[in-house]
Amino acid sequence: MSDVNGVALTVLILLFALVTVMGFLAARWRRPPSMESLDEWGLGGRGFGTWVTWFLLGGDLYTAYTFVAVPAAMFATGAVAGFFAVPYTIVLYPIIFVFMARLWSVSHRHGYVTPADFVRGRYSSRGLTLAVAITGFLATMPYIALQLVGIQAVLEVAGLGGGSNWIAKDAPLFIAFALLAAYTYSSGLRAPAVIAFVKDTLIYLVIIVAIVYLPSKVGGWDAVFGAAEKKMSTPNPATGAPTGSFIPTGLDNHWAYATLALGSALALFMYPHSITATLSSQSRQTIRRNASILPAYSFILGLLALLGWVAIAAGTKPVGLDGEPNAQLVIPQLFEDMFPSWFAGVAWAAIAIGALVPAAIMSIAAANTFTRNVYKEYLKPDATPQQEAKVSKLSSLVVKVFALVFVLTLDKQNAINFQLLGGIWILQTLPAIVFSLYTRWFHRWGLLAGWAVGMVYGTVSAYNVVNPVTGAHFGGSLDPIPVIGHLGYIGLTAFAINLVVAALVTLALRAGKVSNGTDETIAGDYFADEGDPRVMKTLPGLDEPAGGLSETR
Amino acid sequence: MTTGNDEVDDPTLHDTPPPANRALLTVAAVLLAIPVIALLWVDSYARVDPKLGPWPFFFWYQFLWVFLTAGLTYTSYRIVLVARPHRPMRPHASEEVER
Repeated sequence: MSDVNGVALTVLILLFALVTVMGFLAARWRRPPSMESLDEWGLGGRGFGTWVTWFLLGGDLYTAYTFVAVPAAMFATGAVAGFFAVPYTIVLYPIIFVFMARLWSVSHRHGYVTPADFVRGRYSSRGLTLAVAITGFLATMPYIALQLVGIQAVLEVAGLGGGSNWIAKDAPLFIAFALLAAYTYSSGLRAPAVIAFVKDTLIYLVIIVAIVYLPSKVGGWDAVFGAAEKKMSTPNPATGAPTGSFIPTGLDNHWAYATLALGSALALFMYPHSITATLSSQSRQTIRRNASILPAYSFILGLLALLGWVAIAAGTKPVGLDGEPNAQLVIPQLFEDMFPSWFAGVAWAAIAIGALVPAAIMSIAAANTFTRNVYKEYLKPDATPQQEAKVSKLSSLVVKVFALVFVLTLDKQNAINFQLLGGIWILQTLPAIVFSLYTRWFHRWGLLAGWAVGMVYGTVSAYNVVNPVTGAHFGGSLDPIPVIGHLGYIGLTAFAINLVVAALVTLALRAGKVSNGTDETIAGDYFADEGDPRVMKTLPGLDEPAGGLSETR
Repeated sequence: MTTGNDEVDDPTLHDTPPPANRALLTVAAVLLAIPVIALLWVDSYARVDPKLGPWPFFFWYQFLWVFLTAGLTYTSYRIVLVARPHRPMRPHASEEVER
C-alpha cells in the first residue's frame, strides 16, 4: 500500500477547502429575508430553476458511495451486480416523470416538506404517517454513513488514516464532517446546491478524462473487455462457480438484472432526500424537464462502471491499509496508479466532494422528517416556523454525529448491510405515497398492513441471504422469487406482497365501511403550478402543514 | 387551515382535475413506457453480437437507451404541456391581499 502522495493530497485538500468556503458563502446566495423557516433552510426557498435542480438532483442521487461501489461491484463480480445501475438510472426518469409533478403540486399547495406530510394530509392517519416517516429516517441514516465510507476509501488510498492511534486514524474524516455539519447548519439546502456545481463539474471532467485516457494505457477496449471476460469466467476457489458475469446469461441472471433495476428505480424517489431536492424546484414542470436531462448522469455512471473493468485490465490491486484486499478501493487506487499525481488529487477530490452533497441533503431531509413528523406532530404541535427551522438545524447535526459514530465504531460492513436493507424498506412506502397521489381507494390501514408485511418479509429474506464465501448474513439483495422461482430483488418481491396485502385488507375494510380518514386535498391541488394561490415561495403562516385539519372539513 | 373555504365557492375550478386531451396523454404514456419495457426485457439485449468496434452489444445498446430515453421523455413533456394546459387556480378573497 502506498505512502502519502504529497502532490495529490495537496490538490485534494485545496479543492476541499474551496468547497468549504463556498458552503459557508452559500447562505448569501439569493439571500432570503430570513433563514428561519423550513422552506428557506430546508428547501432553499423552493425557488430552484431547471439547471440548479439538475445539478442538485445529480449531485444528490449519484452519491460518492455509488462512485465507489458500482465500479467495485463490476471489478469483483461483474455485470449483474454492477451494470444494472445503468438500466436502473434510465428507467428511473420515465417513472418519476409520471408522479413527481403531482407530488410537487400538492406539496406546494399545502406546504408539505416531507412525503410523510403528504400522507398525513391525505388520510389524517397518524399511524401510517409515522410508518412512512420512520421508514424514511431509518433508510436515510445508513445512506449518510455510506457517504463517509466513500470519503474513507479516498483517504485510505491517499495514505491517511493509517496511524495506530485512533486520533490520527480518524481525524481527517472527523474534520471533513465537522466542516460539512457547520456549513449545512448555517446555509441549509443552499450549501449542497452551490457545492453540487463543483462536484458535478469535477465528476464529469474526471470520468471523461479517465474513459478517454485510461483504456489506451492498458491496450484499448478490446483488452479491457477481454480481461473482464477472462476474470468473470474463472472459477471462484471458494465456491467453484464462475467469479461473476461478463454479460448476464440464463433466466436467473436476467430476472435478477431486471428486478434490481426496476426495484431500485421505484425506491430511489421514495427517499426523503430525493423528494427534498425535487420540492426545492420552482415549478411543477421543472422536474419533468429534468427527467429528460438527468439521464446525462446515467451515461457517466455507465462509463464509471466500466472503469471497474479497466482496473481488471490494468491489474489494479486494491489493498487496504490493514493489508487486506478491499474491492471498494479499486477506483481511487486505479486513479493513483494511472494518473499523474496532481490529476489523481483532482479525481479523489471529485469522489470526496461527491460525498458531501448527498450527505448534506440527506441530513437535511432526515432532520425535516424528524421536525415535521415527530417534533411538530407529537412534541410541540403549535411550533412556529422559526422553531421548526431551529429544531431541524439541530437535528441535522445529531443525524451527522450519529452517522459518524456509526462508521467509526461499527464495522463498515454493517453500514453496507443497513443500506441494503434501507433500499428494501423505503420501497415499502411507495404505495402510501405514490398510489395516494392518484386515488384514495386503498384504505389507510390496508396500506399500513401492507407496509408492515413488506418490511418484515424484506428484512427476514435479506437476513437469510448468506454469503457463500464468508458465511455472513445479509450476503446480497437477491433471493428466489416465490411462485416464479427465478432470482429477484428482495425489495421488489416484498413490494409485490405489500400490494397484495394492502389490497386484501382494503377490500375487507371497505366491505366493513370503516372510515378512511379525512382528506384535506382536492383534485385541483394535484395540478397546481407556480403562480397559483398558496403556491408561493415563502409566506410564513400560510404554508403550515395540515395544522387545523379538523376545523376545515 | 385558514384557507380551506375557497374550494367550496367554485367547485368547477378546484374540485376537479383540469380538462385534458386523453388521446394525447395516452401517447405520452406509451412513449414513457417504451424505455421501461425495452430495458427490463433483458433477454432482448444480453448478448455479445453485434459488436460496435470492441464494444459488446449488451453495453453499447444500454448506452444508446440513455439518449433514446432522454428524447422520449422530452417529447412526452412537450405533449403533456399541450394535452393538459395549466388551468390557473382562483385565489380566495382572503389570499388576494398576499398576492
